Amino acid sequence: MSESLLERSSARSSEHEQLLQVQDLKTYFPTPRGLVKAVDGVSFELERGKTLGIVGESGSGKSVLSRSIMRLLPRKTELHGQVMFDGRDLTNMKQAELRDVWGAEIAMVFQDPMTSLNPVMRIGPQITESIRHHLGVNKAEARETAIALLTSVGIPEPIRRLKEYPHQLSGGMRQRVTIAIALACGPRLLIADEPTTALDVTVQAQILDLLKVQQSERFMGMILVTHDLGVVAGRTDDIAVMYAGKIVEQAPTDELFADVKMPYTEALLQSIPRLSNHSHTRLQSIKGRPPDLVNLPKGCRFAARCPYVQDKCLAEEPPLIPITGKPDHLYRCWFPVGTAAGEAALESNRAAGKIDHEIDPAAAGEIIA
Amino acid sequence: MARQILGRIPQLILTLLAVSFLTFMLLSLIPGDPVLSILGTDNITEEMIQQKREELGLNDPLPVRYASWLGDAVRGDFGRSQRTQQPVMDAIKERLPVTVEIGLLALTGALLITIPLGSYTAFRANGIADRVTTTVSFALRSVPGFVLALLMIYIFAVWLRLLPATGWTRLTVDPVRNLRSALMPALVLGLAEVTAYTRVLRSDMIATLQQDFIIMAKAKGLPNWRILFKHALRPSMFSLMTVVGLNIAALVGGALIVETIFALPGIGRLLVDSIYQRDLVMVQGVVLFIASSYVIVNFLVDTLYTVLDPRIRHGRA
Repeated sequence: MSESLLERSSARSSEHEQLLQVQDLKTYFPTPRGLVKAVDGVSFELERGKTLGIVGESGSGKSVLSRSIMRLLPRKTELHGQVMFDGRDLTNMKQAELRDVWGAEIAMVFQDPMTSLNPVMRIGPQITESIRHHLGVNKAEARETAIALLTSVGIPEPIRRLKEYPHQLSGGMRQRVTIAIALACGPRLLIADEPTTALDVTVQAQILDLLKVQQSERFMGMILVTHDLGVVAGRTDDIAVMYAGKIVEQAPTDELFADVKMPYTEALLQSIPRLSNHSHTRLQSIKGRPPDLVNLPKGCRFAARCPYVQDKCLAEEPPLIPITGKPDHLYRCWFPVGTAAGEAALESNRAAGKIDHEIDPAAAGEIIA
Repeated sequence: MARQILGRIPQLILTLLAVSFLTFMLLSLIPGDPVLSILGTDNITEEMIQQKREELGLNDPLPVRYASWLGDAVRGDFGRSQRTQQPVMDAIKERLPVTVEIGLLALTGALLITIPLGSYTAFRANGIADRVTTTVSFALRSVPGFVLALLMIYIFAVWLRLLPATGWTRLTVDPVRNLRSALMPALVLGLAEVTAYTRVLRSDMIATLQQDFIIMAKAKGLPNWRILFKHALRPSMFSLMTVVGLNIAALVGGALIVETIFALPGIGRLLVDSIYQRDLVMVQGVVLFIASSYVIVNFLVDTLYTVLDPRIRHGRA
């Protein structure tokens, strides 16, 4: 036993303790209109104890990606590629094997704690059921664990809460409960899918801090899915920006904020309101909508909305390539931000009057009133 | 919760009053003189008729008659049969256990089939089992109950000789024979309901299975049966409960036919026989009894919602 354990751990350490390796993952939904390519060839890696932020707007495929990793998908979904979790490929596991991974090794926190807790079941059994199912402990032990979990996620009077129903708790408290449920069996990977989107702004930071603390205390890998770059800014090790089912830029968090390459990332950053702006400043928005995932454009998927767009962008899709000298900063663009080619592209569009809204942060500040 | 139930009692009493009034009017609305149906039409004089009318209190004004009738009914006195002079309440008490037993058996059986069937067909909607169930349901639903009853008598009694075709053995006399005589009538009554119940449960369950908390339960790695029966079933029971409550009446209505076909001494049969014999006091008593039970059962079903949904219980519907 010790021998095989040694082998496994040495094998792992040689791969930098890689917890999750996603390779060319594709998630397609057959619909009457055609195949919806929600996730279209995504690859990334996550080490244990690290946090990856996946950022994108609605419809970018980020939530589908997080569910595809767990394979929590409708039955008729087409899934291609590889998801290696701790040396096992989740994509060719049987349902029964997946059930042993779900909840026990990979856990998920959902967006809306109003709907993700069962309204007609008390809090207690909602926490203890997975403990009892996966760890096979008796009722009393499971109850003790549940009380400890509720305490650790900052819920006062945990013993009384066990007997309450979800509607008796506030939104923030409910999300704490779903986090306790996710942590119940000591997972090694925690996927949080927009965990604060449905919550009041005042509790968002508390919940994010709680996730961060639990993640580092338990040395879990964590994937934080969000549409808000502000959420991931100080809380992730790496960021992957998704657009129309693909990763368009990926880098360590500091590196990404310091040196944005993809115009979409730049546009996302500019749509965050800033305190330094005048009051009544019109918020920068990204013109248009993401492309139809059934009929995808031939070239770059962001081309239709991009201020840097050139003929080449409409004809050829750019590959995901690293910056020279920075192998961990990947981007997908022919005319990247902050390069000579990018500046020239933007300047030519400006000269041709093709830009009706200015995205230069210095110029951003059109006062309405 | 207790306060919510108590608060609805005045409404219940009003409904019962309305029911009793309509039932009472039955006697006055039916063509023909009740006195004639008691005395018969041979060799009677106007004097005898007047005497009987006075005796029965039929000459009093309507509200007075209703009040005194209701007063008796509340105390359990529904009058006496015009034919046999047996108190109506005694006749009901004698017949009730048969109807209740068959009704309960039918209901329990129907739910025992419906809950797994409805849940599974929702879980695998449009799968093979779902389609077979739908087809069989429609076939069963479109065949009248008495055809089903006759078919069953032919198969189980005449052909296989497993069950008695007609007749009744009391539970206290011989439980096994009692069950054998109750089985077919209950099956006929229950099967008709299963088709409706299954459709209702299936559609509610399909909606529940789309909910976030079901995906959450799945993400916990729980087995399917646990997700279906521990998480999805309870929130999917509301329409089913309502339909079951309303169908209590159908069970009694069905009992008329089933008790007649299988020659069972139940309430339904009592009602049918009394109608044939123009035993109007008996008809009135039985109808009042059935209608009141129906209202009370539905009241109880409504209170069951609060058990199903804690949000109603805590006054946050």
